[in-house]
Amino acid sequence: MLTTVGGKPLKEALAHAQSRAKRRAFLLVLPLLAFIVVSFIFPIGQMLYKSVSNTGFTISKDFGTGVSTPIMTNLAEWFEENPQGTDPDETAYAALAADLLVLRELKAPGQAGTRINYELSGSRSMFTKAARKAKKLAPPFKESIIDLDEDWADPSLWQAMRTASSAVTVNFYLAALDRKRADDGSVEMVPENRQVYVTLFKRTLILSLMITVICFFLAFPIAHLMATLPMRKSNLLMILVLLPFWTSLLVRTTSWMIVLQSQGVLNDAMVATGILADENRIQMMYNQTGTVIAMTHILLPFMVLPLYSVMSMINPSYVRAARSMGATSWTAFRRIYFPQTVPGIGAGALLVFILSVGYYITPALVGGADGQLISNLIAFHMTKSLNWSLAAALAAILLGAVLLLYWLYDRLIGIDNLKLG
Amino acid sequence: MADSHTKDAFVEFDRVQKSYDGENLVVKDLNLSLPKGEFLTMLGPSGSGKTTCLMMLAGFETATHGDIRLDGQPINNIPPHKRGIGMVFQNYALFPHMTVAENLSFPLEVRKIPKTEREAKVKQVLELVQMGEFGGRRPAQLSGGQQQRIALARALVFEAELVLMDEPLGALDKQLRETMQFEIKRIADDLGITVVYVTHDQTEALTMSDRVAVFEDGRIQQLAPPDELYESPQNSFVAQFIGENNTLEGTVKEIKNGIALVQLDGGGLIDCKPVNVTKAGERTRVSIRPERVEFNKDRLSAEAHTLKAEVLEFIYMGDIFRTRLRVAGKDDFIIKSRNAPDQVRLEPGSQVEIGWMAEDCRALDA
Ligand SMILES: Nc1ncnc2c1ncn2[C@@H]1O[C@H](COP(=O)(O)OP(=O)(O)OP(=O)(O)O)[C@@H](O)[C@H]1O
Ligand SMILES: [Mg+2]
Repeated sequence: MLTTVGGKPLKEALAHAQSRAKRRAFLLVLPLLAFIVVSFIFPIGQMLYKSVSNTGFTISKDFGTGVSTPIMTNLAEWFEENPQGTDPDETAYAALAADLLVLRELKAPGQAGTRINYELSGSRSMFTKAARKAKKLAPPFKESIIDLDEDWADPSLWQAMRTASSAVTVNFYLAALDRKRADDGSVEMVPENRQVYVTLFKRTLILSLMITVICFFLAFPIAHLMATLPMRKSNLLMILVLLPFWTSLLVRTTSWMIVLQSQGVLNDAMVATGILADENRIQMMYNQTGTVIAMTHILLPFMVLPLYSVMSMINPSYVRAARSMGATSWTAFRRIYFPQTVPGIGAGALLVFILSVGYYITPALVGGADGQLISNLIAFHMTKSLNWSLAAALAAILLGAVLLLYWLYDRLIGIDNLKLG
Repeated sequence: MADSHTKDAFVEFDRVQKSYDGENLVVKDLNLSLPKGEFLTMLGPSGSGKTTCLMMLAGFETATHGDIRLDGQPINNIPPHKRGIGMVFQNYALFPHMTVAENLSFPLEVRKIPKTEREAKVKQVLELVQMGEFGGRRPAQLSGGQQQRIALARALVFEAELVLMDEPLGALDKQLRETMQFEIKRIADDLGITVVYVTHDQTEALTMSDRVAVFEDGRIQQLAPPDELYESPQNSFVAQFIGENNTLEGTVKEIKNGIALVQLDGGGLIDCKPVNVTKAGERTRVSIRPERVEFNKDRLSAEAHTLKAEVLEFIYMGDIFRTRLRVAGKDDFIIKSRNAPDQVRLEPGSQVEIGWMAEDCRALDA
């Protein structure tokens, strides 16, 4: 073993010498670390947890006193004792009746109904109605409950209640992939007219890919020009490229609406110059075209900047050398220049793609019905339907897809080749 | 200057001018012709237009005026990739994403040379620069000197008859530079190629070249073989630029029998060889090499004019002694003397008389 002159093991001595520097480094990153934990890691963890856990049918929390009370305990017990597929008997209905009484006391029928409603729409009102009449329920409970609403005998409802009676579930992931539990607990596709998410995921990926490719073809020449022009002119170009960053996202998006809508500037101009007949105005807004145009514009700088930074590092003497050796300018570009820009292309493409996969505001404003992306649906479930677990599951799938892409990139090109600026 | 339209000229610059901005001439009226097989060095201070000349020859800049001819053909309108000129760049410009062997076979590939022949040639040229085992490495895995050799090999592999080198040794340390100077010279001589070499290291220029073109401010100040350049500089710029040099200012008193008598501003009369002076009364700057100054009375001829000097400093440098003196009111006059057993070591503070052969002291332009 190597030792120092003093006889200490070298590794130990080195560790001791470095520990001060390490502590210092740790203190320096501590504020950022704390910030990231609070603002990023913790919320992401929460979100991932929400996507597999929903307590709507298991725990009721009184927000005034902060007390949590378990609900639907009797029913949960019955589900535990009777395996999947057992027809609900009198004891099951008796347990339900007891639980409905508890719900009524805790003023919680709404939350329990909402949870079941996620699995089986239209069932929320059954819970509120039944809880209201819970006191009047008398044996035989099976008849009296079915008397309230004959849907209480529906096997799908019982399947939904069985799933919801345990907080932990993968059903939200199933729902996010247009799948659900059949009455017997197996996984099946939802009816065709209700399949939305898979199509949306596909559309999101395809549109993002399209935007990335368009950004690349637009950005490559301009970045090359910027890298080769003299300083003063390239700075001017740089300002023009960065201009979109300086105006508010909303203002930019709104101006695209003004320009692109069917009564908008572009269509008017084309009609006025006779290129287009008045009745053939092109619909460029509130559809996928609008989303692609507006997002390409917004994300273009993220492609230009890494490309520019890589290209400005490429010494012009490489191409000159290739030319002096007998390569035509096309060969020199293809064999010498282009391969050296790949790290910039990778970085730009990754940035643009990841940003557009999660883009929300622009598709929401200019996308119309068929220009919506998955993030618009996540927002819908967060703010309108309040099905946070489904929103979380959708977001988690998106996150997974992006991480997969990142991994693929690392495999194919190598992440250390990434040049962001 | 070079006579234009010479029959055997391989490369020829004919009244070439170059301006980048339309206001300043970077190259002013350049005339230069070199025969096949010559090793010509362009030497000059930074910004004197050396690279610009090379770039015009290689085709990356166009001459604003004048003709450049290669083998008698004007090349102003031939694109760079058709000129067949090998080039070594200062930063080597080895393609970072290719291995050494791929770098070397690139010029052959674009010439559509078959694979087996390519491999043979790459191997051969690697041997030539003594880098046989390095074909599989990336440029980043080579030392500066090794990269240099590969850059040279790449310029040679497609058998260009003309190779341009722009300060190829600029980034190397002194010792490696000397080895490589020798190496480049050897290879150039072996292959019989014509080389235009750019440097601002005068030792490099003197040791390697058949002829040296001294550039200043877009003009060739002197074009001559190294010994002539050193011993007979045509003007005070060249005298100053090449080697160490003592200058004294004064006025020509008379010119007689090919010897000019100069009255120095700081007092004293000296004999000089008139180079850029023609008549009495002209201002002049005289130049004497430090190793041509004599302070041993016995070795000076009796009738020669001498100057009084005070020894200021004596520096022992191993092979030579370097003595600084005050002469004619200037205290940066240097004498170099060989370290020999009988050599006198001048004591600082002592007074000596110094002199020289009239032909070693050149009266140049003021
Ligand atoms: N692309 C260019 N655009 C404008 N001016 C240029 C350009 N390239 C060179 N110059 C100018 O031309 C002059 C000569 O430049 P050049 O590169 O030929 O000098 P050089 O002799 O090679 O100098 P060095 O020894 O420093 O390499 C300089 O004043 C330089 O500023
Ligand atoms: Mg230069």
